[in-house]
Amino acid sequence: MSGADAKSWDRDPILTVEHLSMHFGGITAVDDVSFAVGCKDITALIGPNGAGKTTVFNCITGFYKPTEGMLTLDGKDGPPRFLERLTDYEINADARVARTFQNIRLFPGMTVLENLMVAQHNGLSRASGFSFGAIFGLGRFGIAEKEAIDLARYWLGQVGLLPRADEAAGSLAYGDQRRLEIARAMCTRPRLLCLDEPAAGLNAKESDALNTLLQAIRDKEDTAVFLIEHDMSVVMRISDHVIVLDYGKKIADGTPGEVRNDPHVIAAYLGVSDEDAAALEARP
Amino acid sequence: MRLADSGKTLGRKLSSALGDSLLAATIAFALFSLVLGLRTVDSATGLALEPRPALLATVVAIVFFGRLALNLFVWQTDYPLTRPFAKLFTLEPFETRDEVTLALAFALGVLGVAAGVLFQETLYGLLGTLMLAFIGIGLLRRAIVRTFPNLPYTQVFVAGGILFALFFPIVSYALESAFNLGLPLRYWFDLSILILTYVMLGWGLNIVVGLAGLLDLGYVAFYAVGAYTFALLATHFGLGFWIGLPIAGAAAALWGIILGFPVLRLRGDYLAIVTLAFGEIVRIILLNWTEVTGGPNGIAGIPKPTFFGLPFSPFAEGTTFSGFFGIHYDGLHALIFLYYVILVLALVTNLVTLRLRRLPVGRAWEAMREDEIACRSLGINTTLTKLSAFATGAMFGGLAGCFFATRQGFVSPESFTFIESAIILAIVVLGGMGSQLGVAIAAIVMVGGFEALRHTAGLQAIFGQEFDPALYRMLLFGLAMVAIMIWRPRGLVSSRAPTISLGDASAISGDLVRQGRG
Repeated sequence: MSGADAKSWDRDPILTVEHLSMHFGGITAVDDVSFAVGCKDITALIGPNGAGKTTVFNCITGFYKPTEGMLTLDGKDGPPRFLERLTDYEINADARVARTFQNIRLFPGMTVLENLMVAQHNGLSRASGFSFGAIFGLGRFGIAEKEAIDLARYWLGQVGLLPRADEAAGSLAYGDQRRLEIARAMCTRPRLLCLDEPAAGLNAKESDALNTLLQAIRDKEDTAVFLIEHDMSVVMRISDHVIVLDYGKKIADGTPGEVRNDPHVIAAYLGVSDEDAAALEARP
Repeated sequence: MRLADSGKTLGRKLSSALGDSLLAATIAFALFSLVLGLRTVDSATGLALEPRPALLATVVAIVFFGRLALNLFVWQTDYPLTRPFAKLFTLEPFETRDEVTLALAFALGVLGVAAGVLFQETLYGLLGTLMLAFIGIGLLRRAIVRTFPNLPYTQVFVAGGILFALFFPIVSYALESAFNLGLPLRYWFDLSILILTYVMLGWGLNIVVGLAGLLDLGYVAFYAVGAYTFALLATHFGLGFWIGLPIAGAAAALWGIILGFPVLRLRGDYLAIVTLAFGEIVRIILLNWTEVTGGPNGIAGIPKPTFFGLPFSPFAEGTTFSGFFGIHYDGLHALIFLYYVILVLALVTNLVTLRLRRLPVGRAWEAMREDEIACRSLGINTTLTKLSAFATGAMFGGLAGCFFATRQGFVSPESFTFIESAIILAIVVLGGMGSQLGVAIAAIVMVGGFEALRHTAGLQAIFGQEFDPALYRMLLFGLAMVAIMIWRPRGLVSSRAPTISLGDASAISGDLVRQGRG
């Protein structure tokens, strides 16, 4: 590939994954996967069930320690962060990578607003003098808390949950909970937002709203979006860059148009006859 | 529903009720035939079995007819007899038949009281009084709520409770010295000091169990660390209570962190077992490290707190409290002072907890209880958060321990057994995990109620002279716990108050709040 038509994610990556492998005992869930996530892109990681998508995700967000490989988060605001060396909470606090979960993980007994306040814990905690100052009413905790409420209010507005700010998160409808989880992740002011199947269980209308939200995050917030998705309509419509995994290996990487017509991808998703499979094996 | 019920003929209803009651009576017979039906007595030839058929028959008959009455008048009827009584505590309007039932009940109550007064039938008198009190309280509550529907009742209740706690000793002492009423003041003050100590311990443990969701079965260890720290400092270095207090708190907090480290990776049952072991280890060390702790003999001669340097004593060198204020010496002064010390300590515990809940660390505790993995994904260091919860809870335990040492003047390992941990945990669970008000009520009910069962005179008047209520304390205690767990499985106050809101936030139902998995 020449320099002129280098893809945006190779030119300006926020996250570079090199030779990532993950073994669980004798099982290889992810096998030597390398790719880049562009800093102005919505990048989608797709693949059939059991392809290793969530494992890649958990390696990036620190919930697994990769067996091999190097995950470099480009440090625009400092030195590059090597994610494989950080623990899960440092990846959010230090490298500013936020994530959501496939099965929603909100704090159900806390209100919507409290959920967003917990997301801003580290900044608020410093402002409160690690509680020692604020317990005696010292310091600038009041101002910091007001700013935190403003940020929470902004994101509640973005996801359309402002009227429900004081309700328990567990009492929200499913689609609202999904959007609240995204708002909560955004309240940590991430540079990379990782979404694990954000459209799962959403109806067509909610799915459209989600697309608009993700595009807004990419365009306005200086946050790269990296998502796992099963729903092809979401993937093809909003992603700038699609990576396809199958059996732990990367089988395609490119724009949605390129990936859609890739014979390996079609084979992985639809299956092929034995002769075609042999022909595919022979291709580079 | 109604149609189906009325379709059931009286005969079928009766037969099904009879069958159910027979079954209950059979179970009662099987259960009680050995427990109540036989009794071992000392005889010349050794132990002998004495059958008690009359008692067994009475109990089985009570079960049979009680169950039959419940079936016929409550469960299998369109109009349960309990409905009007339940309605008393709502704002629903009464129907005519409700009024008739209540009027009949009222008349029964009056009859009972009359029987009690005229014929010295204490049991009937007591039951009648209870009935009248129940109806009276219900009607009064209805009237008040109907007249002032928008009063913040919880706040009024809390404010009333705090005012009572603030003025009760002074007012009762003043009344006693003015009119010589013969009130058992010493006993009252001792009991209220005990209750307040448990309120404080409950609030301290509430941070660990209720807010952070970490099940701690060894909380008494921190109580012991605080007590022994102050006991050793006072007897070896002559430190006073007010200097010993913060040191005891810091020592307990340190031990909270030391316990916290090994258990960071444990959750749920495993955490409970390790904390239980920690509590026992501390007690056994105190028991066996004789050179330092005095072993089973404990440490005696711990000084009482002074009133800003003025000791409470009839004869001391220098100025005493009574001498300084020019009043007659009374042993109760020291007790009243101790009461205020523990009241202030408990209120400080409460205020600090309420404040911490609204600070980032408190929200992180609660978030950790709700979902620890989500917490980590948001950049919260759960290790530090857990340790801070352990340390804060332990610190309040240590402060309470320091108070305990100075109040008793003596500490020994016997005061720090597992049952203490269990009682404190029961207070937290019974009160509703995370609720400050619930924990306070639960402490008063548990410690005060337990104590009330000691008062044998009233109960003996009902059940006869040979009845010893002290024997049934544990039984009644267990029954009360079972009843509360049936009717209020999430504790007395199960809802959670939000810590921040944009508009008016209402309490969150306890069903949504998670209890933590350790």
